[in-house]
Amino acid sequence: MSLDSATIRRIASLARIRLEEADVGRMQNELNGILGWIEQLQAVNTDGVEPMAGGAPRGEPAMRQRPDAVTDGGQPDQVLANAPDRAHDYFAVPKVVE
Amino acid sequence: MSYTLEGSTGTWEIVVGLEVHAQVTSQSKLFSGAATAFGAEPNSQVSFVDAGFPGMLPVINRECVAQAVRTGLGLNAQVNLWSRFDRKNYFYADLPQGYQISQFAHPIIGTGEIEVTLSDGTTKTIGITRLHLEQDAGKSLHDQHATKSYIDLNRSGVALMEIVSEPDMRSPEEAGAYLTKLRQIVQYLGTCDGNMDEGSMRADVNVSVRKAGEGFRTRCEVKNVNSIRFVMQAVEAEAKRQIEVWESGGEVHQETRLFDTARGITRSMRSKEDAHDYRYFPDPDLPPLVIEQAWVDELKAALPELPDARRARYTAMGLTPYDAHVLTLEKETAAYFEVVAKARDAKLAANWVTGDLFAAINRTKTSIAEPPVPAEHLGELLDLLADKTLSGTLAKAVFEAMIETGKAPGVIVEERGMRQVMDTGAIDAMVAEVLGKNADKVAQYKGGAEKLFGFFVGQVMKAMQGKGNPALVNEALKKALG
Amino acid sequence: MHPTDFTLRGAIDALNEGIISSVELTQAHLDAIGKLNPRLNAYITVTGEQALAQAKASDKRRAEGGAGPLEGVPLAIKDLFCTAGTRTTAGSKILGNFVPPYESTVSGNLLRDGAVFLGKANLDEFAMGSSNGTSAFGPVENPWSRRNDPDTRLVPGGSSGGSAAAVAARLALGATATDTGGSIRQPAAFCGIAGIKPTYGRCSRFGVVAFASSLDQAGPVARTVEDCAILLKSMSGFDPKDSTSADVPVPDFAAACARGVKGLRIGIPKEYRLDGMPAEISALWQQGMDWLRAQGAELVDISLPHTKHALPTYYVVAPAEASSNLARYDGVRYGLRQTAADSDLRDLYERTRAAGFGDEVKRRIMIGTYVLSAGYYDAYYLKAQKVRALIRRDFDEAWTKCDAILTPATPSAAFGMDEKQDDPVAMYLNDVFTVTANLAGLPGLAVPAGLSAEGLPLGLQVLGRAFDEETVFAVGTALEHAANFTALPGLRASA
Ligand SMILES: [Mg+2]
Ligand SMILES: [Zn+2]
Repeated sequence: MSLDSATIRRIASLARIRLEEADVGRMQNELNGILGWIEQLQAVNTDGVEPMAGGAPRGEPAMRQRPDAVTDGGQPDQVLANAPDRAHDYFAVPKVVE
Repeated sequence: MSYTLEGSTGTWEIVVGLEVHAQVTSQSKLFSGAATAFGAEPNSQVSFVDAGFPGMLPVINRECVAQAVRTGLGLNAQVNLWSRFDRKNYFYADLPQGYQISQFAHPIIGTGEIEVTLSDGTTKTIGITRLHLEQDAGKSLHDQHATKSYIDLNRSGVALMEIVSEPDMRSPEEAGAYLTKLRQIVQYLGTCDGNMDEGSMRADVNVSVRKAGEGFRTRCEVKNVNSIRFVMQAVEAEAKRQIEVWESGGEVHQETRLFDTARGITRSMRSKEDAHDYRYFPDPDLPPLVIEQAWVDELKAALPELPDARRARYTAMGLTPYDAHVLTLEKETAAYFEVVAKARDAKLAANWVTGDLFAAINRTKTSIAEPPVPAEHLGELLDLLADKTLSGTLAKAVFEAMIETGKAPGVIVEERGMRQVMDTGAIDAMVAEVLGKNADKVAQYKGGAEKLFGFFVGQVMKAMQGKGNPALVNEALKKALG
Repeated sequence: MHPTDFTLRGAIDALNEGIISSVELTQAHLDAIGKLNPRLNAYITVTGEQALAQAKASDKRRAEGGAGPLEGVPLAIKDLFCTAGTRTTAGSKILGNFVPPYESTVSGNLLRDGAVFLGKANLDEFAMGSSNGTSAFGPVENPWSRRNDPDTRLVPGGSSGGSAAAVAARLALGATATDTGGSIRQPAAFCGIAGIKPTYGRCSRFGVVAFASSLDQAGPVARTVEDCAILLKSMSGFDPKDSTSADVPVPDFAAACARGVKGLRIGIPKEYRLDGMPAEISALWQQGMDWLRAQGAELVDISLPHTKHALPTYYVVAPAEASSNLARYDGVRYGLRQTAADSDLRDLYERTRAAGFGDEVKRRIMIGTYVLSAGYYDAYYLKAQKVRALIRRDFDEAWTKCDAILTPATPSAAFGMDEKQDDPVAMYLNDVFTVTANLAGLPGLAVPAGLSAEGLPLGLQVLGRAFDEETVFAVGTALEHAANFTALPGLRASA
C-alpha cells in the first residue's frame, strides 16, 4: 500500500497540520518508507487472537470507579493562566461561523 | 390510521429515528471532580482534565455508571456487564482534548424498548438500539465579540447518555410522543432532569421518506433540536423538503442539517471539508468498564416506580385512564397527587388536583413544582370535607383563601368561622324564619311552583352565610314545606 | 572527593552522617551545571534558586529530625513531568511557555520524600526519538567520546537523553525519565549508567505529558542499580488519579538488590541474536551469561518468536495513540498559537501545529492518523494490537521456563550526532531490544556492563515478570558487581 500525494494532504488535513506544497513529496517518501516497513505485520498469523488494548501486562483489569463528589474546579484563573488569548473569563478564538 | 404526506407523485410515508443526548444527573463530571451545576460563572467548573491540559487523565464517576444502568433498566434494555470507552477524534474549539471519550463499539446498554401512547389512545412500541455514556463538549459563544468566539468549558466533561432509537417512528406525533415518554422515564428515574431549556436533553432527528412498500431511502440528521415541539416541527419540515427534492427529480444526500426555529425549515450545516473520519479507537487511558450483575440487581431493586406502573396503579385505585395519564405525565404532579391522596379518597383527590389545583396554577402562573397550595394543605382540605367540617361550597371558598394567604385550611376555618353548621335545631330555626318572611312564595310553592324550592335553599344558605350543611338544609326545608 | 561524585546511596549516607549538607551538595551540582550544561545541553531549564531554597528547607527538616528517604538529594526531572510553577516543555515549541499549575504524581512523590530539583532535563520532542536530536531546545551531547576520535560529538540516546547525560556527567545524582519504547534503557546504556522501566502501572502517569498512553512508563536513571532501586521506590505507588495505575504494594527494591542470583533461571531468547549484530555486542551478552552462571544462576534457552514484529507493531500502536494524545495542542488554551492576519479557527490549528511540532512528531502524528483512519484501522491498528497480544503471550510462555531474561540493551554503542538522522527507520532500530518490554508491559533494566572497542559504554538488559522488579534488581546488581564498570566519561564535573 503506497500513499499518493492526495492522501498525504488528506491525512495532514485530518491531523490539522499545515503542509506546504513543497513538503508533500518529502513527507510522502518518508511515510511510504515507514509504512512499507510496517507492512510486514500483514504476514503474521493472528487468526483467533484477541487484540491487546491498553498496556496492562496481565490482561485487562477492570476500571476503578470514583465516588460522585465535587473535588475539583473553582479555579478559573489557573485554567486561563496559560491562554494565548483570554477574554474576560473565556478562551477566545477567531469567530466560528456555523 | 397512519400518517402520510401527499406529494405531487403520490402518498409518502415518513421514517424517523431519534438520538437523544440526556445529561446525567450527578454532582461531578464523568471523568473529573468538577461540578456540573447549571449557570455557573464561565470556566469556574473546570478541572485541568476537562480543559485537556498536558498529562491529565480521566477517572470515571461511579454514579454516572449507575445512572446509565438505571436508565437502561427503565428502558427494559440489556445491561452490558463489559463495556469500553473509545476516543472519537475531531478538532473543535470547545473540544479541549481533541477527542470525545465515548462508547462506540461496546456500549454499556444494548437493545430495549419503550411503549408510547398516542392521542387516539392507541399504543406503539419504539425500539431502543443502544445507550452509551460520553463526555459533553464545552460551549462556544459567538455573539459576544465581533471577530471572536468565546469558549466556556463548564460543560466540558459533563456526563451524557446518548440514547439511540430504532427508526420506528412514522409521524411527527410519534416522534413527539417518544421524546415525551423518554423524558418522563428519565425524570422518574432521576437520571436526567429532562430540562430541555437548559440543554439537559437535546435530540438529533433522523428523517427519511418513502413510498408505501419501499425500503429505507437516504436519511438526513437534524442536529440538536431542543424542544419536543421543535422535534415535531422539524420532522414535518424535513420530510416535506425531502419529498420536494425527490419529486423534482433530485436526490436526497445524507447530511447534517439544522432546524431554523424562526422560519420553521431545516438548512444544511456548512458542509465540512473533510468527510467525517472520527478515527475511533479504544481509549488507552481507561481499562474496560466491568460491572457486577449483583450491583445491577441492587440498582434494579431500588428503582423508583416508573410512569407505566404508576398509571396502572392509579387506574386500579379507581381513577379514570385519562386522570391517571394526566397525573403521571410529570413526576412532580404524581408526587403531589400521592401526598394529597394518601389515606384519602383517590378519586376525589384526583378531581381536586386536575380541577381546582390545575386551574389555580394556570391562573396564578405557578407550577406543580412551586404550587399555589402545598399538597399537605390540599390533603387537609379533603379531610375537612370528609369529616363534614366543610361543605363543597365552603371548601372552594377555603381553597381560594388558602391561595391568598398561604395558610392551612384548618387555620382559615377557625379564623374565619367557616365551619359548616350541622346543628339541625339552628337549621330548623333559620328555615322557619325564611319561610315566615316569604309567606307569599310558600303559598305559590304549595300551589305547584315546585321550582321555588331552590329559592328557599338559597335564602337559608345566605342567611347562614353559606355555612349550613346543604343536605341538612334540604331535609329541613322538605320537612317544613310538608 | 568531589561532591558530585557521590552515588545517590553515598550522598544519602553522607547527608545522614552530617558530612555534607544538602545546600553544599546542591550548590556543587549547580556549579557543575553552570560549567558543563552550556556544552552538554542536558537541562532545558535550571531552577537554581528554587533548588537552593529546597535544599535549605531540607537541611532544616533534617536538623529537626524529619528527614525523608531522599532528603536533600539533588535530582534532574525530565521535562515531560509537569512541575507546578516551573515551565514544562516536553521538548517542544508547541508548549511555548507553558507553566503547569499542577505537579505530576511521580515528581510530587519525590518532593514528598525530600528531593531537591535542579531543573528540567532535555529530551526528544514529546519523547519521540532515540538520539535526543528531535528536541526543539537543541540536541544533548553525550559526555562520553570515542577513544580515537574525541572530536566527534555523540548522542546520549533518547528520548531521556538529557536525564542520562546529566547523571553520567555528574550534573545530578539521579533523574526521572520515561520509557515508551526504550527511552530510559537506551540512553542509560549509551551514557554508561543504569536505568529501569518498571512494570506498566507501577508509576503513575498523572501529570506526565502523554506520548503513547498504553506504553508510557516513568522510571529512574542513576549511576548504580541500587540508586535506581531507591529512586523507584519513591516514584512508585498506586495513584487514584490514573485509571491505569496498579493498586499493588511497593516492595523495598533496594533490599532486593542484594538477593543474589543463586538458583534463578535466566532465559536467553534466541530471537535476540540478530543477523549482523556487532561482535562486541554478542561478546558482551555472552560475558553477561557467564557472570550470572558463575554466581549460581541457571541459563535457559527460550524463544520469543514474535520479537521481530515488535518494532513495526510499536510503530503502529505508538503513533496511533500519539496522534490522539497530541490533538490537544491546538493553540487555544495554552502553549504556542500561530495565526495569519485572516486566520479562521481551522487555519489557526493548522498553522499552530505546523509551527509548533518538529518533523519527527509530525511524521508520527501523520502515521498515527493514517493507521486509525477509515478503511485502514483493521489492517494496521487492529492487526498491531493482535500482534501485541502475541508478543505478550510469548513472554507468558517464557515465564514458565525462566525467572528473568538477559539481552543486550542496544544493538550498538552511542553514535555520532550527524549519523542516522536521515532515515527514520534506521533510527527506529535502536529500540529493537527494548521495545518488547513496553509492548508486553514488563519491567526492563539497563546495566552498564562493558566498553566497546572505541571505549564507549555498552549495556545489558534484564527483563522480568510483571511487578517482579525485585528479581530484575537482583540480577542487575549481580551483573553490575561482576562487570565492575569503573570507566568514566570525559566530560564530568570533577574532571
Ligand atoms: Mg450521535
Ligand atoms: Zn453523542
